[in-house]
Amino acid sequence: MSGFEMGMALADVLSATILFAVPLLLVAMGGMFSERSGVINIALEGIMIVGALFGCLMLRWLDPAVTAGTLNSFIAMLVAILFAAVTGAAFSMLLAFASINLKADQTIGGTALNMLAPAFAIVLTWVIQGQGQTTILIPTWSRITAASLGITPNSSSILQKFLFSNLYMTTILTVILFAVAVILLYKTKFGLRLRACGEHPQAADSVGINVYRMRYSGVFISGILGGIGGLAFTLAAGSGFQSSVAGYGFLALAVMIFGNWKPWSILGAALFFSFFKVIGAYASSLPFIPTVRLEGVSTYFWPMLPYLITMVLLILTSKKSRAPKAEGIPYDKGSR
Amino acid sequence: MKKGLVSALSSIVSILIGTLFGLILLIAVNSGEAFTSFGKLLSSGVSTLPKLAKVFYQAAPLLMCGLSVGFAFKTGLFNIGASGQYTVGAFAALFGAIVLQLPWYICLILAMIMGAIWGFFPGLFKALFNVNEVITSIMLNWIGLFAVNLLCMNIPKMLPPFWVSSPIKDRTAALSYANPGAIIPKLGLDKVFDSPYINISIIIAILIAILMWVLINKTTKGYELRACGYNRFASIYAGINAKSNIVLSMVIAGALAGIGGGLYYLAGTADYNIQKALLGMGFNGIAVALLGSSNPIGIIFSSLFISYIQVGGEALQPIYAKEMIDIIIAVIIYLSAFSLFTRNLLTKWFKFDRHSGNVNDDPIPPVVPTDTEKKEITIAPDAAVNESEVKA
Repeated sequence: MSGFEMGMALADVLSATILFAVPLLLVAMGGMFSERSGVINIALEGIMIVGALFGCLMLRWLDPAVTAGTLNSFIAMLVAILFAAVTGAAFSMLLAFASINLKADQTIGGTALNMLAPAFAIVLTWVIQGQGQTTILIPTWSRITAASLGITPNSSSILQKFLFSNLYMTTILTVILFAVAVILLYKTKFGLRLRACGEHPQAADSVGINVYRMRYSGVFISGILGGIGGLAFTLAAGSGFQSSVAGYGFLALAVMIFGNWKPWSILGAALFFSFFKVIGAYASSLPFIPTVRLEGVSTYFWPMLPYLITMVLLILTSKKSRAPKAEGIPYDKGSR
Repeated sequence: MKKGLVSALSSIVSILIGTLFGLILLIAVNSGEAFTSFGKLLSSGVSTLPKLAKVFYQAAPLLMCGLSVGFAFKTGLFNIGASGQYTVGAFAALFGAIVLQLPWYICLILAMIMGAIWGFFPGLFKALFNVNEVITSIMLNWIGLFAVNLLCMNIPKMLPPFWVSSPIKDRTAALSYANPGAIIPKLGLDKVFDSPYINISIIIAILIAILMWVLINKTTKGYELRACGYNRFASIYAGINAKSNIVLSMVIAGALAGIGGGLYYLAGTADYNIQKALLGMGFNGIAVALLGSSNPIGIIFSSLFISYIQVGGEALQPIYAKEMIDIIIAVIIYLSAFSLFTRNLLTKWFKFDRHSGNVNDDPIPPVVPTDTEKKEITIAPDAAVNESEVKA
C-alpha cells in the first residue's frame, strides 16, 4: 500500500470517527447536564429516538422544497435539527416531571421512556408512511459536499477526503454546542447553580436557588442535546431511521461516566469509543488489523469491543470516578 | 395485608390508565377500527384454548425475568441486565441441547449457571469497585448478545444446515430434529389446550416463584438480603456482609433470568434468531416486577397479565402495529415508577392505615447507584462550589 493510499484510508477512518463521535459527544454532554443537576438520565436512548424520529420526519417533509447544495438545503437542515432538539426536550420533560415533581425512581422512569420511544416511533412511522413501512429515508442533500460549498471537488485530495466524506450540519453545530456547553457549565452563574444542585441541593436551596427549576433545566438541556444527538446518529448510520439508535444512548451514558462527568474528558471518551466502532467497520480493509477467520466478526465482534473495554476501564478508573453526590435522589425540602 | 392491598390497587390503577391510554391511541391512529380492535386486545387471550396456551407459554419466561428484576429490587439493586442474562441462558440451554445432546433438565441447569455467571460480574464489580451495576449490566447485555451471536454463527452444529438440508443460517437449529429429548415435556397439556406451545414451563416458573417467596420472606439469608436493600450501612453495622450479599443477589437474579431463557427456547417452538437488537423479554421483566411490586406472588399475576395483553396485541395486527402493546406497557411502567405517589393518594382516599403507604414500606428502595461504601467525601476541584458566586 502506497503512502497516498494509506493517507486516504487514514482520512477516511478519521472522518468516520468524528462522524460517530458527534452523537456520542452530544448525548453524553446532555447526560452530563442532567446528572450534574441531580437527575439520572437513563432515558437518553429514548430521547435520541424521539429526536431522530421528528428530525427525520421534518427532513422528509421539507424534501420536496429543497434543492441540493443551495442555501435552502442548509436552512432546511437547521430546521430539522431545531425540530429534533425541541421534540427531544419535550420528551425529556416526561422524565423531569416524574422524577422531580412526583419524586419517582429516576432509573425506572427512564426505563419506561426508553421502552416508550421506539414503540411510539414505529407506530407513528406506520401512521405517516403506511402499514409496514418502518424506515424513514433521509434525503441525500442532508450531507454537505465540497460542491455545495462552492469548492471544486478533488478526488485525489486527502484533505478534502477528510473534510467532506462525512460532513453534516450536525458536526459543525456540535463544535459550537460543545464550546457553549463548557462555558455554560463552568463560566456562568447558571452552571454553578446547576452543579450545586447535583452536589448538595439542600445547601443550594438554603441560599435561595430553586432546586426544582435547576433540575428541570438540566433535564431540558439533556433533552435538547439528546434530540440533536439522535438525528446526528441517524445521519451517521446512513440507512435511514428505523425506530432505533442501536444502543447509542446507553453507550453515551458509558461515555459520560468514563468521561467522569466533565466535558473535556467526555470529548476524549467519545472519540475513543467512536474510533473502535469505526475500526470495526473498516477492519477488513485496514492493513494493520489482523484478519480473524470467523463468521460475523464485523457485525458482532468489533461492536462488542467498546463495551468490553469500557467495562475494564470503568473498573480501573473506579477509584477516580466521581459522580455528582446527589444524583438519583429526589429533592425533598423536608429531609435532612 | 393492607400494605399488599394498597400496592395491588396502585398496580391496578396503573394498568387501567395504561390501557385507557392504549384505547385513546387506537382511536387516534384509526378511529374506525379502534373499538373492535380494543375488544380483541382485551379478550383475545381467553378467546380460545390455544390462545390461552400461548398466554401461559409466554408468561413463563416473563415470570422468570420479572422474578430476576424483582429480586434485585428487593435487595436494593436494579438488574437492567436481565435481557443479557436471559440471552446467555438461552444460548447455554440451546448449546447443551443441540451440541452436547443433553436432556432438557440438564439444559435448564446450564441456562441457570450461565445466567448466574452473567449476573455475577455486575455484582462483583459493584461490591469490589463500586461500579454502578446499571451501567455494567447494560454493557453486559450487549456483550452477551454479540458473543452469543458470534458463537452461534461459528458453531456449525448450532445451525440448521448441519442437521437438515436448509439454507437458513440466521437462526439456531430446531430442537424437533436436533434433539427432541431437550424439549420440555408437555405432559399431555398440548392435547388439553390443543396447542403445541403449552408445556410445563409455566408450572416450573410458578414453583420457582413460590420458592423465591419463601427465600425472601422466611429465611435468614432472605432477611439479610432485604436488610441490605433497605439500608446498606445499617446492615453493615448489624454485622451483615453487604458485599457478599450484593454479589449473591446479582447471581441469584442472573440465574433466574437465565432459567427464563432456557424455558422459552427449550419449548421447541421458537428458535434463537440471530439478530442485532437486544431481546425485549428482559425489559418486559422490569415491567412485570414493578407491576407485581417485586413480590414473587404478585409477579406471578403481573407476568400473566403482561403475557395476556401481548397475545392481545398480536390480534391487533395487521391494522395496527403490535408495538401498540409496548406503548401500553411503557405507560404502565411510567405510572408505576411513581407508585409511591399513587399509593399515598390511595391511602388518603380509602383511609387505610397511614403507615401503610409510608416511604419506609416502599418495596422498591430507590436506586442510588453511586453511594460510596467508604463514605469518603472527596470533592473534585471543578465541582467545588464557590461561595461568593453562590451568594451573588
